[in-house]
Amino acid sequence: MKSLKNHLSLIVALLSILFSLQTFIVVDRAIASYKQNLANNYSLVVVSKKRLQKDVIVSKNPLINEINEISPDTVLKKLDGDMKRKEREFLKLSLPKFYKLKLSHYPSPDEINSLTKALLRDSSIVKVETFSRTHDTTYKLLLLFKSVISLFAISVAIVTILLISKELKIWQFKHNERMSIMALHGAPIWLRSAVLFRLAIVDALVATFLGFLLFSYIASSAWIAEQFSYIGIDVVVFDTFKDSLMMFSVSMTLSIFLATIIVLVHKEEV
Amino acid sequence: MDKVIIARDLSLAYSKDEPIINKVNFVIDSGSFVFITGASGSGKSTLLKSLYGALKPQSGSLVVAGVELNGVSRSKLNFLRQHMGIVFQDYKLIKEWTIEKNIMLPFMIAGYDKVQQQTQLDKLLNHVRLKHQVGKYPQELSGGEQQRVAMARALSHTPVLILADEPTGNLDDYSSQLIWNLLEGANSSDWKATVIVVTHHIPESMSVDYKHYHIEYGSIHEVT
Ligand SMILES: Nc1ncnc2c1ncn2[C@@H]1O[C@H](COP(=O)(O)OP(=O)(O)OP(=O)(O)O)[C@@H](O)[C@H]1O
Ligand SMILES: [Mg+2]
Repeated sequence: MKSLKNHLSLIVALLSILFSLQTFIVVDRAIASYKQNLANNYSLVVVSKKRLQKDVIVSKNPLINEINEISPDTVLKKLDGDMKRKEREFLKLSLPKFYKLKLSHYPSPDEINSLTKALLRDSSIVKVETFSRTHDTTYKLLLLFKSVISLFAISVAIVTILLISKELKIWQFKHNERMSIMALHGAPIWLRSAVLFRLAIVDALVATFLGFLLFSYIASSAWIAEQFSYIGIDVVVFDTFKDSLMMFSVSMTLSIFLATIIVLVHKEEV
Repeated sequence: MDKVIIARDLSLAYSKDEPIINKVNFVIDSGSFVFITGASGSGKSTLLKSLYGALKPQSGSLVVAGVELNGVSRSKLNFLRQHMGIVFQDYKLIKEWTIEKNIMLPFMIAGYDKVQQQTQLDKLLNHVRLKHQVGKYPQELSGGEQQRVAMARALSHTPVLILADEPTGNLDDYSSQLIWNLLEGANSSDWKATVIVVTHHIPESMSVDYKHYHIEYGSIHEVT
Protein backbone atom coordinates (compact mmCIF):
# COMPACT_ATOMS: atom_id res chain seq x y z
CA MET A 1 0.00 0.00 0.00
CA LYS A 2 2.70 2.36 1.16
CA SER A 3 4.95 1.79 -1.82
CA LEU A 4 2.01 2.06 -4.22
CA LYS A 5 1.31 5.52 -2.87
CA ASN A 6 4.96 6.46 -3.37
CA HIS A 7 4.72 5.58 -7.03
CA LEU A 8 1.26 6.82 -7.86
CA SER A 9 1.79 10.55 -8.18
CA LEU A 10 4.64 10.36 -10.68
CA ILE A 11 2.90 7.63 -12.66
CA VAL A 12 -0.26 9.71 -12.92
CA ALA A 13 1.74 12.76 -14.00
CA LEU A 14 3.69 10.81 -16.60
CA LEU A 15 0.54 9.13 -17.88
CA SER A 16 -1.22 12.49 -18.35
CA ILE A 17 1.79 13.75 -20.26
CA LEU A 18 1.86 10.64 -22.46
CA PHE A 19 -1.88 10.91 -23.03
CA SER A 20 -1.75 14.51 -24.20
CA LEU A 21 1.34 13.85 -26.28
CA GLN A 22 -0.21 10.86 -28.04
CA THR A 23 -3.46 12.76 -28.59
CA PHE A 24 -1.42 15.54 -30.14
CA ILE A 25 0.28 13.01 -32.41
CA VAL A 26 -3.08 11.56 -33.49
CA VAL A 27 -4.49 15.01 -34.29
CA ASP A 28 -1.32 15.84 -36.19
CA ARG A 29 -1.65 12.64 -38.18
CA ALA A 30 -5.32 13.34 -38.88
CA ILE A 31 -4.49 16.75 -40.27
CA ALA A 32 -1.68 15.34 -42.39
CA SER A 33 -4.02 12.71 -43.72
CA TYR A 34 -6.69 15.31 -44.41
CA LYS A 35 -4.11 17.40 -46.25
CA GLN A 36 -3.13 14.42 -48.37
CA ASN A 37 -6.80 13.87 -49.11
CA LEU A 38 -7.10 17.44 -50.30
CA ALA A 39 -4.03 17.06 -52.50
CA ASN A 40 -5.47 13.89 -54.01
CA ASN A 41 -8.76 15.54 -54.80
CA TYR A 42 -7.33 18.77 -56.11
CA SER A 43 -6.09 19.26 -59.62
CA LEU A 44 -5.37 22.06 -62.07
CA VAL A 45 -6.56 22.08 -65.62
CA VAL A 46 -4.15 23.24 -68.30
CA VAL A 47 -5.27 24.16 -71.78
CA SER A 48 -2.71 23.94 -74.55
CA LYS A 49 -2.66 24.53 -78.28
CA LYS A 50 -0.41 21.60 -78.92
CA ARG A 51 0.12 18.20 -77.44
CA LEU A 52 2.40 18.59 -74.37
CA GLN A 53 5.39 16.48 -73.48
CA LYS A 54 4.55 15.06 -70.12
CA ASP A 55 8.06 14.85 -68.67
CA VAL A 56 8.83 18.43 -69.72
CA ILE A 57 5.80 19.67 -67.85
CA VAL A 58 6.51 17.58 -64.77
CA SER A 59 10.08 18.93 -64.63
CA LYS A 60 8.82 22.53 -64.63
CA ASN A 61 7.93 22.46 -60.95
CA PRO A 62 8.58 19.91 -58.20
CA LEU A 63 5.01 20.35 -57.01
CA ILE A 64 3.67 18.57 -60.08
CA ASN A 65 3.18 14.89 -59.46
CA GLU A 66 1.55 13.75 -62.67
CA ILE A 67 -0.12 15.08 -65.76
CA ASN A 68 -2.93 13.37 -67.63
CA GLU A 69 -4.67 14.29 -70.79
CA ILE A 70 -8.39 14.78 -70.56
CA SER A 71 -10.00 12.99 -73.43
CA PRO A 72 -11.94 15.42 -75.67
CA ASP A 73 -14.57 12.76 -76.31
CA THR A 74 -16.42 13.59 -73.16
CA VAL A 75 -16.59 17.22 -74.23
CA LEU A 76 -17.61 16.38 -77.74
CA LYS A 77 -20.29 13.95 -76.69
CA LYS A 78 -22.07 16.80 -75.09
CA LEU A 79 -22.18 18.60 -78.42
CA ASP A 80 -24.73 17.82 -81.03
CA GLY A 81 -25.16 14.10 -81.39
CA ASP A 82 -25.95 14.08 -85.13
CA MET A 83 -22.69 15.67 -86.13
CA LYS A 84 -21.05 13.64 -88.81
CA ARG A 85 -18.25 11.39 -87.84
CA LYS A 86 -15.84 13.18 -90.16
CA GLU A 87 -16.75 16.59 -88.85
CA ARG A 88 -16.24 15.31 -85.34
CA GLU A 89 -12.75 14.01 -86.19
CA PHE A 90 -11.88 17.37 -87.68
CA LEU A 91 -13.19 19.24 -84.68
CA LYS A 92 -11.27 16.94 -82.43
CA LEU A 93 -8.03 17.87 -84.15
CA SER A 94 -8.66 21.59 -84.05
CA LEU A 95 -9.69 21.58 -80.39
CA PRO A 96 -7.07 22.60 -77.85
CA LYS A 97 -5.64 19.89 -75.61
CA PHE A 98 -6.86 19.62 -72.01
CA TYR A 99 -4.64 18.30 -69.23
CA LYS A 100 -5.24 17.55 -65.63
CA LEU A 101 -2.32 18.25 -63.25
CA LYS A 102 -2.03 16.32 -59.97
CA LEU A 103 0.09 17.88 -57.26
CA SER A 104 2.27 16.28 -54.61
CA HIS A 105 0.69 18.24 -51.78
CA TYR A 106 -2.01 20.75 -51.23
CA PRO A 107 -0.48 24.04 -52.41
CA SER A 108 -0.53 27.49 -50.84
CA PRO A 109 -1.87 30.38 -52.97
CA ASP A 110 1.73 31.51 -53.57
CA GLU A 111 2.72 28.11 -54.79
CA ILE A 112 -0.22 28.13 -57.16
CA ASN A 113 0.80 31.52 -58.51
CA SER A 114 4.36 30.56 -59.23
CA LEU A 115 3.22 27.28 -60.70
CA THR A 116 0.79 29.07 -63.02
CA LYS A 117 3.51 31.49 -64.11
CA ALA A 118 5.93 28.67 -64.81
CA LEU A 119 3.36 26.87 -66.90
CA LEU A 120 2.34 29.95 -68.88
CA ARG A 121 5.95 30.57 -69.85
CA ASP A 122 5.45 27.63 -72.16
CA SER A 123 4.21 29.31 -75.35
CA SER A 124 1.83 26.50 -76.24
CA ILE A 125 -0.07 26.72 -72.94
CA VAL A 126 -2.92 29.18 -73.24
CA LYS A 127 -4.74 28.83 -69.96
CA VAL A 128 -4.30 27.42 -66.49
CA GLU A 129 -7.41 26.93 -64.42
CA THR A 130 -6.71 26.77 -60.69
CA PHE A 131 -10.27 26.90 -59.26
CA SER A 132 -8.87 29.55 -56.96
CA ARG A 133 -12.04 30.48 -55.11
CA THR A 134 -12.71 27.04 -53.62
CA HIS A 135 -9.02 26.52 -53.17
CA ASP A 136 -8.63 29.67 -51.08
CA THR A 137 -11.36 28.84 -48.58
CA THR A 138 -10.10 25.29 -48.16
CA TYR A 139 -6.58 26.54 -47.72
CA LYS A 140 -7.67 28.97 -45.02
CA LEU A 141 -9.38 26.13 -43.22
CA LEU A 142 -6.17 24.15 -43.38
CA LEU A 143 -4.22 27.10 -41.94
CA LEU A 144 -6.74 27.24 -39.11
CA PHE A 145 -6.15 23.55 -38.40
CA LYS A 146 -2.45 24.19 -38.34
CA SER A 147 -2.68 26.97 -35.78
CA VAL A 148 -5.00 24.81 -33.69
CA ILE A 149 -2.44 22.06 -33.62
CA SER A 150 0.35 24.50 -32.69
CA LEU A 151 -1.77 25.72 -29.82
CA PHE A 152 -2.32 22.12 -28.87
CA ALA A 153 1.42 21.48 -28.93
CA ILE A 154 2.04 24.51 -26.71
CA SER A 155 -0.58 23.38 -24.22
CA VAL A 156 0.93 19.88 -24.12
CA ALA A 157 4.30 21.48 -23.36
CA ILE A 158 2.77 23.64 -20.62
CA VAL A 159 0.98 20.67 -19.07
CA THR A 160 4.27 18.75 -19.11
CA ILE A 161 6.23 21.55 -17.46
CA LEU A 162 3.55 22.15 -14.83
CA LEU A 163 3.15 18.50 -13.93
CA ILE A 164 6.87 17.85 -13.78
CA SER A 165 7.64 20.91 -11.67
CA LYS A 166 4.81 19.99 -9.31
CA GLU A 167 6.25 16.49 -9.11
CA LEU A 168 9.65 18.04 -8.43
CA LYS A 169 8.27 19.82 -5.36
CA ILE A 170 6.51 16.68 -4.12
CA TRP A 171 9.61 14.58 -4.66
CA GLN A 172 11.86 17.09 -2.96
CA PHE A 173 9.57 17.11 0.02
CA LYS A 174 9.33 13.34 0.03
CA HIS A 175 12.93 12.37 -0.62
CA ASN A 176 15.04 15.11 0.94
CA GLU A 177 14.48 13.89 4.46
CA ARG A 178 15.46 10.33 3.65
CA MET A 179 18.51 11.46 1.70
CA SER A 180 19.58 13.68 4.63
CA ILE A 181 19.21 10.84 7.11
CA MET A 182 21.19 8.52 4.86
CA ALA A 183 23.89 11.19 4.55
CA LEU A 184 24.08 11.48 8.34
CA HIS A 185 24.91 7.79 8.38
CA GLY A 186 27.69 8.25 5.86
CA ALA A 187 25.92 6.99 2.73
CA PRO A 188 27.79 8.11 -0.41
CA ILE A 189 25.79 10.08 -2.97
CA TRP A 190 25.16 7.15 -5.32
CA LEU A 191 23.62 5.16 -2.49
CA ARG A 192 21.52 8.10 -1.33
CA SER A 193 20.11 8.60 -4.82
CA ALA A 194 19.80 4.92 -5.75
CA VAL A 195 16.30 4.71 -4.28
CA LEU A 196 15.30 7.79 -6.22
CA PHE A 197 16.54 6.51 -9.56
CA ARG A 198 15.01 3.10 -9.01
CA LEU A 199 11.70 4.78 -8.28
CA ALA A 200 12.06 6.98 -11.37
CA ILE A 201 12.84 4.05 -13.66
CA VAL A 202 10.06 1.84 -12.31
CA ASP A 203 7.54 4.68 -12.59
CA ALA A 204 8.58 5.44 -16.16
CA LEU A 205 8.17 1.77 -17.09
CA VAL A 206 4.77 1.51 -15.45
CA ALA A 207 3.57 4.75 -17.07
CA THR A 208 4.75 3.52 -20.48
CA PHE A 209 2.97 0.23 -19.99
CA LEU A 210 -0.27 1.90 -18.90
CA GLY A 211 -0.04 4.32 -21.84
CA PHE A 212 0.46 1.34 -24.11
CA LEU A 213 -2.63 -0.41 -22.74
CA LEU A 214 -4.72 2.74 -22.88
CA PHE A 215 -3.90 3.58 -26.48
CA SER A 216 -4.07 -0.02 -27.66
CA TYR A 217 -7.59 -0.01 -26.29
CA ILE A 218 -8.48 3.34 -27.85
CA ALA A 219 -6.97 2.33 -31.20
CA SER A 220 -9.05 -0.82 -31.27
CA SER A 221 -12.28 1.01 -30.54
CA ALA A 222 -14.79 0.88 -33.39
CA TRP A 223 -16.20 4.27 -32.47
CA ILE A 224 -12.91 6.08 -33.11
CA ALA A 225 -12.44 4.38 -36.48
CA GLU A 226 -15.99 5.37 -37.39
CA GLN A 227 -15.37 9.02 -36.57
CA PHE A 228 -12.32 9.16 -38.82
CA SER A 229 -14.05 7.37 -41.66
CA TYR A 230 -16.86 9.96 -41.52
CA ILE A 231 -14.30 12.63 -42.40
CA GLY A 232 -12.91 10.27 -44.99
CA ILE A 233 -9.44 9.99 -43.55
CA ASP A 234 -7.35 7.10 -42.46
CA VAL A 235 -5.36 7.65 -39.24
CA VAL A 236 -3.05 5.38 -37.25
CA VAL A 237 -4.19 6.07 -33.68
CA PHE A 238 -1.44 4.00 -32.08
CA ASP A 239 1.62 2.65 -33.84
CA THR A 240 2.51 -0.28 -31.59
CA PHE A 241 6.23 -0.02 -32.14
CA LYS A 242 6.95 3.62 -32.94
CA ASP A 243 4.54 5.16 -30.47
CA SER A 244 5.46 2.76 -27.66
CA LEU A 245 9.08 3.67 -28.19
CA MET A 246 8.17 7.36 -28.08
CA MET A 247 6.24 6.87 -24.81
CA PHE A 248 9.10 4.92 -23.32
CA SER A 249 11.73 7.50 -24.17
CA VAL A 250 9.60 10.47 -23.11
CA SER A 251 8.66 9.05 -19.71
CA MET A 252 12.15 7.70 -19.05
CA THR A 253 13.80 11.01 -19.95
CA LEU A 254 11.40 13.04 -17.84
CA SER A 255 11.66 10.89 -14.73
CA ILE A 256 15.44 10.52 -14.89
CA PHE A 257 15.67 14.27 -15.38
CA LEU A 258 13.46 14.75 -12.33
CA ALA A 259 15.57 12.44 -10.17
CA THR A 260 18.80 14.08 -11.31
CA ILE A 261 17.51 17.55 -10.42
CA ILE A 262 16.45 16.34 -6.96
CA VAL A 263 19.88 14.83 -6.31
CA LEU A 264 21.69 17.93 -7.59
CA VAL A 265 19.73 20.48 -5.57
CA HIS A 266 19.59 18.38 -2.42
CA LYS A 267 20.83 20.25 0.64
CA GLU A 268 21.54 18.54 3.90
CA GLU A 269 19.73 19.98 6.84
CA VAL A 270 21.45 20.37 10.18
CA MET B 1 45.46 5.83 26.04
CA ASP B 2 44.27 6.82 22.55
CA LYS B 3 42.23 9.96 22.23
CA VAL B 4 39.09 9.56 20.17
CA ILE B 5 38.11 13.21 20.42
CA ILE B 6 40.37 16.24 20.77
CA ALA B 7 38.85 19.71 20.87
CA ARG B 8 41.15 22.74 20.86
CA ASP B 9 39.71 26.25 21.24
CA LEU B 10 36.57 24.91 19.63
CA SER B 11 33.75 27.38 18.97
CA LEU B 12 30.37 26.39 17.58
CA ALA B 13 27.72 28.78 16.31
CA TYR B 14 24.71 28.93 14.01
CA SER B 15 25.15 32.65 13.38
CA LYS B 16 28.33 34.69 13.49
CA ASP B 17 28.05 36.71 16.71
CA GLU B 18 26.24 34.16 18.86
CA PRO B 19 28.57 31.32 19.79
CA ILE B 20 26.77 28.44 21.48
CA ILE B 21 30.04 26.80 22.50
CA ASN B 22 32.89 29.23 23.07
CA LYS B 23 36.55 28.24 22.78
CA VAL B 24 36.37 24.99 24.70
CA ASN B 25 39.15 22.43 25.20
CA PHE B 26 38.54 18.82 26.06
CA VAL B 27 39.80 15.36 25.31
CA ILE B 28 37.89 12.07 25.31
CA ASP B 29 39.77 8.81 25.67
CA SER B 30 39.06 5.96 23.37
CA GLY B 31 36.84 3.37 25.04
CA SER B 32 35.48 5.71 27.68
CA PHE B 33 31.89 6.30 28.70
CA VAL B 34 30.94 9.99 28.89
CA PHE B 35 27.81 11.73 30.11
CA ILE B 36 27.07 15.26 29.00
CA THR B 37 24.57 17.29 30.98
CA GLY B 38 23.42 20.88 30.83
CA ALA B 39 20.30 23.00 30.87
CA SER B 40 17.93 22.98 27.94
CA GLY B 41 19.36 25.19 25.21
CA SER B 42 22.87 25.07 26.64
CA GLY B 43 24.29 23.46 23.48
CA LYS B 44 24.43 19.71 24.15
CA SER B 45 22.88 18.69 20.83
CA THR B 46 24.96 21.36 19.10
CA LEU B 47 28.13 19.76 20.44
CA LEU B 48 27.03 16.30 19.26
CA LYS B 49 26.22 17.73 15.81
CA SER B 50 29.75 18.99 15.54
CA LEU B 51 31.07 15.55 16.50
CA TYR B 52 29.28 13.87 13.59
CA GLY B 53 30.21 16.68 11.24
CA ALA B 54 26.78 18.21 10.70
CA LEU B 55 27.95 21.52 12.15
CA LYS B 56 31.31 22.87 11.08
CA PRO B 57 33.47 24.42 13.81
CA GLN B 58 33.29 28.19 13.65
CA SER B 59 36.87 28.30 14.83
CA GLY B 60 39.39 26.07 16.50
CA SER B 61 40.13 22.43 15.88
CA LEU B 62 38.05 19.30 16.36
CA VAL B 63 39.66 15.94 15.71
CA VAL B 64 37.44 12.85 15.81
CA ALA B 65 39.05 9.41 15.38
CA GLY B 66 42.07 11.07 13.87
CA VAL B 67 40.06 13.14 11.36
CA GLU B 68 40.15 16.96 11.57
CA LEU B 69 36.52 18.03 11.11
CA ASN B 70 37.31 21.68 10.42
CA GLY B 71 37.40 21.53 6.62
CA VAL B 72 36.91 17.78 6.30
CA SER B 73 36.27 16.32 2.84
CA ARG B 74 32.95 14.75 1.97
CA SER B 75 34.33 11.26 1.47
CA LYS B 76 36.31 11.33 4.73
CA LEU B 77 33.23 12.46 6.59
CA ASN B 78 31.18 9.67 5.04
CA PHE B 79 33.81 7.15 6.09
CA LEU B 80 33.87 8.53 9.64
CA ARG B 81 30.08 8.46 9.94
CA GLN B 82 29.99 4.85 8.81
CA HIS B 83 31.86 3.98 11.99
CA MET B 84 29.61 6.02 14.27
CA GLY B 85 26.30 5.08 15.80
CA ILE B 86 24.08 8.08 16.40
CA VAL B 87 20.83 8.37 18.36
CA PHE B 88 19.33 11.69 17.37
CA GLN B 89 17.20 13.68 19.79
CA ASP B 90 14.41 13.71 17.19
CA TYR B 91 15.18 10.08 16.20
CA LYS B 92 15.39 10.85 12.45
CA LEU B 93 13.74 7.62 11.37
CA ILE B 94 12.86 7.20 7.70
CA LYS B 95 9.06 7.38 7.50
CA GLU B 96 8.59 5.32 4.37
CA TRP B 97 10.69 2.43 5.64
CA THR B 98 9.69 -0.35 8.03
CA ILE B 99 11.42 -0.38 11.40
CA GLU B 100 13.59 -3.33 10.31
CA LYS B 101 14.84 -1.44 7.29
CA ASN B 102 15.46 1.63 9.46
CA ILE B 103 17.41 -0.39 11.98
CA MET B 104 19.58 -1.97 9.31
CA LEU B 105 20.37 1.31 7.49
CA PRO B 106 23.95 1.70 8.85
CA PHE B 107 24.48 -2.01 8.30
CA MET B 108 23.41 -1.63 4.68
CA ILE B 109 25.58 1.48 4.15
CA ALA B 110 28.59 -0.34 5.59
CA GLY B 111 27.97 -2.97 2.94
CA TYR B 112 27.92 -5.89 5.35
CA ASP B 113 27.01 -9.36 4.26
CA LYS B 114 23.29 -9.87 3.64
CA VAL B 115 23.40 -13.27 5.33
CA GLN B 116 24.42 -11.77 8.66
CA GLN B 117 21.70 -9.17 8.39
CA GLN B 118 18.83 -11.32 9.66
CA THR B 119 20.78 -12.64 12.63
CA GLN B 120 21.88 -9.15 13.59
CA LEU B 121 18.36 -7.79 13.16
CA ASP B 122 16.83 -10.50 15.35
CA LYS B 123 19.40 -9.83 18.04
CA LEU B 124 18.76 -6.07 18.00
CA LEU B 125 14.96 -6.43 17.99
CA ASN B 126 15.33 -8.69 21.01
CA HIS B 127 17.58 -6.22 22.79
CA VAL B 128 15.16 -3.32 22.42
CA ARG B 129 12.06 -5.53 22.91
CA LEU B 130 10.46 -4.71 19.57
CA LYS B 131 10.03 -8.16 18.03
CA HIS B 132 6.24 -7.80 18.09
CA GLN B 133 6.35 -4.61 16.03
CA VAL B 134 8.09 -6.09 12.98
CA GLY B 135 6.70 -4.83 9.66
CA LYS B 136 5.42 -1.56 11.09
CA TYR B 137 6.36 1.93 10.04
CA PRO B 138 7.75 4.54 12.49
CA GLN B 139 4.49 6.51 12.69
CA GLU B 140 2.68 3.40 13.86
CA LEU B 141 4.89 3.24 16.95
CA SER B 142 4.79 5.14 20.23
CA GLY B 143 7.42 7.78 20.94
CA GLY B 144 9.30 5.45 23.26
CA GLU B 145 9.18 2.63 20.73
CA GLN B 146 10.55 4.93 18.03
CA GLN B 147 13.34 5.90 20.38
CA ARG B 148 14.22 2.25 20.84
CA VAL B 149 14.26 1.77 17.06
CA ALA B 150 16.72 4.68 16.89
CA MET B 151 18.83 3.00 19.55
CA ALA B 152 18.87 -0.32 17.71
CA ARG B 153 19.86 1.47 14.49
CA ALA B 154 22.80 3.14 16.25
CA LEU B 155 24.13 -0.27 17.26
CA SER B 156 23.42 -2.30 14.11
CA HIS B 157 26.87 -1.94 12.54
CA THR B 158 28.84 -2.29 15.83
CA PRO B 159 30.26 1.24 15.62
CA VAL B 160 33.41 2.30 17.44
CA LEU B 161 31.90 5.61 18.55
CA ILE B 162 28.35 5.95 19.81
CA LEU B 163 26.72 9.37 20.17
CA ALA B 164 23.34 9.36 21.88
CA ASP B 165 21.22 12.48 22.42
CA GLU B 166 18.86 11.87 25.34
CA PRO B 167 18.29 8.21 24.38
CA THR B 168 15.97 7.64 27.35
CA GLY B 169 14.12 10.94 27.12
CA ASN B 170 10.81 9.29 26.30
CA LEU B 171 11.13 6.04 28.18
CA ASP B 172 9.85 4.60 31.44
CA ASP B 173 12.27 3.24 34.03
CA TYR B 174 12.14 -0.27 32.66
CA SER B 175 12.89 0.71 29.05
CA SER B 176 15.48 3.23 30.19
CA GLN B 177 17.30 0.47 31.99
CA LEU B 178 17.30 -1.58 28.75
CA ILE B 179 19.00 1.29 26.94
CA TRP B 180 21.60 1.81 29.67
CA ASN B 181 22.37 -1.90 29.63
CA LEU B 182 22.85 -1.83 25.87
CA LEU B 183 25.16 1.17 26.00
CA GLU B 184 27.14 -0.33 28.86
CA GLY B 185 27.39 -3.57 26.89
CA ALA B 186 28.76 -1.72 23.88
CA ASN B 187 31.30 0.02 26.06
CA SER B 188 32.50 -2.98 28.01
CA SER B 189 33.65 -6.47 27.07
CA ASP B 190 34.95 -7.15 23.59
CA TRP B 191 33.22 -4.33 21.73
CA LYS B 192 34.83 -1.42 23.60
CA ALA B 193 33.00 1.35 21.84
CA THR B 194 33.43 4.91 23.03
CA VAL B 195 30.03 6.10 24.25
CA ILE B 196 28.99 9.73 24.57
CA VAL B 197 25.52 10.27 26.00
CA VAL B 198 23.60 13.49 26.47
CA THR B 199 21.13 13.13 29.31
CA HIS B 200 19.33 14.98 32.05
CA HIS B 201 19.49 12.05 34.46
CA ILE B 202 22.60 10.02 34.99
CA PRO B 203 21.45 6.55 36.09
CA GLU B 204 22.33 5.63 39.64
CA SER B 205 23.47 2.08 39.06
CA MET B 206 26.18 2.27 36.43
CA SER B 207 28.32 -0.81 36.11
CA VAL B 208 31.06 0.90 34.10
CA ASP B 209 33.33 3.80 34.94
CA TYR B 210 32.24 7.03 33.38
CA LYS B 211 33.12 10.67 33.07
CA HIS B 212 30.66 13.48 33.41
CA TYR B 213 30.90 16.80 31.55
CA HIS B 214 28.60 19.72 32.14
CA ILE B 215 27.88 22.47 29.62
CA GLU B 216 27.13 25.94 30.93
CA TYR B 217 27.39 29.43 29.43
CA GLY B 218 29.17 28.11 26.35
CA SER B 219 31.92 26.28 28.20
CA ILE B 220 32.45 22.67 29.22
CA HIS B 221 33.84 21.42 32.49
CA GLU B 222 34.25 18.02 33.99
CA VAL B 223 32.16 17.20 37.08
CA THR B 224 34.01 15.13 39.61
N1 LIG C 1 19.51 24.71 13.59
C1 LIG C 1 19.65 25.74 14.44
N2 LIG C 1 19.74 27.00 13.96
C2 LIG C 1 19.90 28.05 14.78
N3 LIG C 1 19.98 27.95 16.11
C3 LIG C 1 19.91 26.73 16.67
C4 LIG C 1 19.75 25.56 15.86
N4 LIG C 1 19.71 24.49 16.67
C5 LIG C 1 19.85 24.96 17.93
N5 LIG C 1 19.96 26.29 17.94
C6 LIG C 1 20.17 27.13 19.10
O1 LIG C 1 21.33 26.70 19.79
C7 LIG C 1 21.14 26.69 21.18
C8 LIG C 1 21.54 25.34 21.73
O2 LIG C 1 20.67 24.38 21.21
P1 LIG C 1 20.82 22.83 21.47
O3 LIG C 1 19.84 22.12 20.64
O4 LIG C 1 22.24 22.46 21.30
O5 LIG C 1 20.41 22.75 23.01
P2 LIG C 1 20.37 21.49 23.96
O6 LIG C 1 21.36 21.70 25.01
O7 LIG C 1 20.47 20.25 23.17
O8 LIG C 1 18.91 21.63 24.56
P3 LIG C 1 17.83 20.50 24.93
O9 LIG C 1 18.18 19.92 26.25
O10 LIG C 1 16.55 21.26 25.01
O11 LIG C 1 17.84 19.52 23.82
C9 LIG C 1 19.69 27.03 21.42
O12 LIG C 1 19.62 28.36 21.90
C10 LIG C 1 19.03 26.95 20.09
O13 LIG C 1 18.10 27.97 19.93
MG1 LIG D 1 19.25 18.78 22.57
